[in-house]
Amino acid sequence: MKGPYPELLMDHARTPRHEGPLPSATHGARLSNPLCGDRMHLHLRLEEETIVAARFEARGCVLCRGSASILTELLVGASPAAATELVHALERALDGEATKDPPSLAVLAELRELPGRRRCVTLAWESLLEALGPKGRRT
Amino acid sequence: MFPALQEFVNERALAYLDNASTTQKPQPVIDAIVRGYSRSANVHRGVYAWSAAATMAHEGVRARVAAWLGAQPNELIFTAGTTDGLNLACHGLRNLVRTGDRILISALEHHANLVPWQWLCGERGAELRVLPIDGAGRVRRAAFESELRHHPPRILAISHMSNALGSILPVAWMAERARSVGAKVIVDGAQAVAHLPVDVGALGCDAYAFSAHKMFGPDGVGVFWARSELLDEMQPFRRGGDMIESVSFQDTVVAPAPAKFEAGTPPIAGILGLGAAVDFVDGLDREGIAEHESRLLERTRSGLERIPGVRVIGDGEDQGPVVSFIVDGVHPHDVGTVLDREGVAVRAGHHCAEPLMDALKLEGGTVRASFALYNRLEEVERLLGAVERARSLFA
Repeated sequence: MKGPYPELLMDHARTPRHEGPLPSATHGARLSNPLCGDRMHLHLRLEEETIVAARFEARGCVLCRGSASILTELLVGASPAAATELVHALERALDGEATKDPPSLAVLAELRELPGRRRCVTLAWESLLEALGPKGRRT
Repeated sequence: MFPALQEFVNERALAYLDNASTTQKPQPVIDAIVRGYSRSANVHRGVYAWSAAATMAHEGVRARVAAWLGAQPNELIFTAGTTDGLNLACHGLRNLVRTGDRILISALEHHANLVPWQWLCGERGAELRVLPIDGAGRVRRAAFESELRHHPPRILAISHMSNALGSILPVAWMAERARSVGAKVIVDGAQAVAHLPVDVGALGCDAYAFSAHKMFGPDGVGVFWARSELLDEMQPFRRGGDMIESVSFQDTVVAPAPAKFEAGTPPIAGILGLGAAVDFVDGLDREGIAEHESRLLERTRSGLERIPGVRVIGDGEDQGPVVSFIVDGVHPHDVGTVLDREGVAVRAGHHCAEPLMDALKLEGGTVRASFALYNRLEEVERLLGAVERARSLFA
C-alpha cells in the first residue's frame, strides 16, 4: 500500500541528513507546536554572511523531522537572504502557487493536500526565520 | 436522525470517532436552532409578544436543564461552554482565595480546568497543587486523603471524566471528602454529560460546568450550575446589560443569580438547541447506550492490544467510551493522517492535557478514538485495520 507522504520525505525522516547538535553554532532557535507538543531546535553556523552548517534536533512526526532534514540540506551555502526567501517560497507553495525549484521544496508543497498538518511541515522553517532574526544570535 | 452521518466521503460514510471533541447533531437539535433563527426577538427585554414568547422559551430551557440535573432553575447559568463556565467560577471565586491558600486539581485535567486556576493562584499568591494519578489514569485515593489531611485546599477542581483517557473520577466520594475539610468543589463535566447520568445533588459538588456541543447540542452554549449560596458569594465575571437591578452614573446594584452572571444578549437560538439536546439525551435508553458504548470500548481495546507495538493507555475500568493509544515508533499525527485517508476520524496529539501527557511520559501525545451512541462495531473494525496499516507503513 502506498503511504500518505511523498517518498523523498519518508527517506529524509528515516535517515535524517543533518540531525544533532552543532556546538559551533552562531545562530539558533527553539520552537514548539502546541497542538501536539512537537519540538524543534535548529542550529546554524554563519561565516561571512553564508550558512556553512545547519543541524536540527527534533521531537515530532515524519513531516516535522523529514521537512527539517530537507531544509537543512537546502541551507548549506545559502545567504541569510536566500534562506529567508526559501521559507517564503515554501509558504507560497503550500498556499497553492505552482513550484518546481528547488525540487525538494516542490515535494514538500505536495503536502498542501493535508492542511491540518501544515504546521508540522513548517515548524523547522519558522525556526529558521527565528534563528536569523534578532533573537537568534548565539555568539 | 443525524444528517452528518448520511454523508459519504469517497463512497463510504466517515467513521466519526472524535466524539470527545464534539458530537454530531440530531435533527431535533438542528430544528430547534432553525426555529430560533426563523423569528428573532431578544429575551428579558421587550414588552411585545415575540419577546415575551422568546423569554418564556428561554426560561423554559433553564427549568428543563435544571430539572435534568436535579437542580433549581435560579442556580443555572447559561454560558458559552465549559471553558467559559470554569472561567466564571475562577473569576467569581477570586476573593475567596487568599495568600497561602491552596487550589487542588488532578493530573488528568484539561487545560480549561488548569490554566484559569494557575492564573488565579498567581494573582492571589495561592498554591496550585496537583493530585497524582496512577499509570491507568486513576486518582490514587490514599494520596487524595493524605493531601486533604496535610494540605487542605480552598478549592478542589476536577473532571468528572477525563477527555484524554476516558477515566471516570469518583466525584461523589471526592466531593464529600473535600467538602468535609472546607473546600469548594468545582467539577468539569464536559465529557461526562453525554455518557453518565448527572445529578448534582447526588454528586455533592458545589459547581458543575459543561458544554452543549459534546452532548449533541450546539457549540457556543454551555451550562454552569452552582449551589445558590456559592452563587451569592461569587462576583460577576462580566458586567453590562441584563445583569443589573438598577444603575446610576454613580453606582450599580447587581441582580441576583442567574441574571447576575448573564450580562449581554445570550445565544438565544443556541440555548433552544441546548434544550432540544437535553430532551434528546433524556429520551434515550441510557442503560442500553452505556452497554453499546462499552461494547465498542472493549472491542477497540482488545483489538488494539492484539496489534504488536500498540499500547493502550488505561485498563478499561471506570472508563467512558474513550480509547487513547500509541503505536511504538510512530508519531500519533502520522497515525492520524493514515486513519484520515481511510475515512476514520480520530484525534491525535496531547488533547489539551499537556502536563498529563508529560506525567505519563507520552511525549508526542496519543491517538484517541472516542465513541458516541451512533458508532458501530463495523467502524471499530475499520479503525483497527487502519492502525495495522499505519504501523506497517511507518514502524
